[in-house]
Amino acid sequence: MSAAPLIEVKGLVCGYPGRNPVLRGLDLALRPGQRAGLVGPNGCGKTTLLFAIMGLLQPQAGEIRLFGTTMQGPKDFAEARLRLGFLFQHADDQLFSPTVLDDVAFGPLNQGLSRRDARKRAEETLDLLGLADFAQRTPYRLSGGEQKLVALATILAMRPEVLILDEPTTGLDLATKARIVELLNGLDLAILAVSHEPDFLSQITASLFSLRDGRLRESAVAPHAHVHVHAEGDLPHSHDD
Amino acid sequence: MPGLDTPLSQGRSLVHRLDPRARLLGLVLFSLPVALAGSLRTALLGLVLAALLLALARPPAGLVLRRLAAVNLFTAFLWVFVPLSAPGQALFHLGPLAYTREGAALALLLTLKTNAAFLAVTALVASIAPPELGCALQALGLPEKLCHLLLMTHRYLFVIQREYLRLLTSARARGFAPRTNGHTYRTYAWLLGMLLVKSWDRAERVHQAMLCRGFKGKFYCLADLRYQTADALFLGAALLASAAMILVGRAA
Repeated sequence: MSAAPLIEVKGLVCGYPGRNPVLRGLDLALRPGQRAGLVGPNGCGKTTLLFAIMGLLQPQAGEIRLFGTTMQGPKDFAEARLRLGFLFQHADDQLFSPTVLDDVAFGPLNQGLSRRDARKRAEETLDLLGLADFAQRTPYRLSGGEQKLVALATILAMRPEVLILDEPTTGLDLATKARIVELLNGLDLAILAVSHEPDFLSQITASLFSLRDGRLRESAVAPHAHVHVHAEGDLPHSHDD
Repeated sequence: MPGLDTPLSQGRSLVHRLDPRARLLGLVLFSLPVALAGSLRTALLGLVLAALLLALARPPAGLVLRRLAAVNLFTAFLWVFVPLSAPGQALFHLGPLAYTREGAALALLLTLKTNAAFLAVTALVASIAPPELGCALQALGLPEKLCHLLLMTHRYLFVIQREYLRLLTSARARGFAPRTNGHTYRTYAWLLGMLLVKSWDRAERVHQAMLCRGFKGKFYCLADLRYQTADALFLGAALLASAAMILVGRAA
């Protein structure tokens, strides 16, 4: 835990005009290889925090350091973003190109790769995620789960140093969720993930924080039994798929 | 989704195999003399050449005829109004108005030119898939902002249409049936307003997502555009056709 943090947030105050700030003096540090999960009720500021880290929102106060550099303005963020992989809550917003291949190559092209290298990188990434057959498909005609996986491919193609995931499993079925867990656990990357599903978070992260009253507190992860409902639950079933 | 697909860009004809940039340049070479043509002979030659080009592109005939009908709905109006307003020798009278020979000739010229230009655009531009069109225009040096607008408009028309249909379906599911009354107008106004707000929000989210992937205001095209012998031949032919039309116009 001695390595310098990749993401460091100090005393962050952030919110929307005309309302009380949702984040009120929040501190956070994410170190190389660390995997942190973030839970909290609707509207508690989870997405706001992620947007502030990406430089998409202007905080009222506080300091954001990315990769050891204090962010002073849009230019610093633009540079840092090339090393951060941000998965949006709605894959629909993230995919805009005419074909899946174009979309996955978009980030690498912005990073300055040549067209040939960007195409190669995109194809490799699609291969890695088992999406090679999707290259020429149109993103908006894919199912929700397929879109999510393609969106993940678009950021992994940029070879980020940190993954920032905003509700990565919302609206996905169990099979797709399991696939995302497996993919994320196969990567050697620091992860900051926000979710409503502590169960999912515990599968991909090592520490869990909850956002309450505009600040973070570490929560103890204590596994305990729950009663839950299954379709056809009286038949033998597995919880892996 | 009717109306938003681009069926003409799907073919594998000779024309489809040309570089999109060559097709656009060819269209410029061809359409200038057509647009400036003052004689029936030039316009007729243009129409014949355009029809030949279209035959090479082998589009579905029904579709082209339907689109031709739509275009000629406009030229039909020319046949009504131009001869009635142009001075000259009367062919017949409609009450106090004279339907003139000169006016009819002008309407004919405009009809020929319109159809020639339309056929050429159908053969050369409609055969380019919109994403390729954006890349080709950018490669030809058109302002990048315009190319982005074209690409994004094409990409998001579908999304906005789908959003509109979803809102409409949900309104129908709650018993909405359009009639000629205030409730219907108000509902449509709200629906369109909501569509506008949602599109605006979506545009902002998409832009943010693009920024997160390092977007700096420039689109890079993956497509490999390359001029080949066929493109050179095509452009040579377009140049000749253009010269022929100008010569025919001079001789007249």
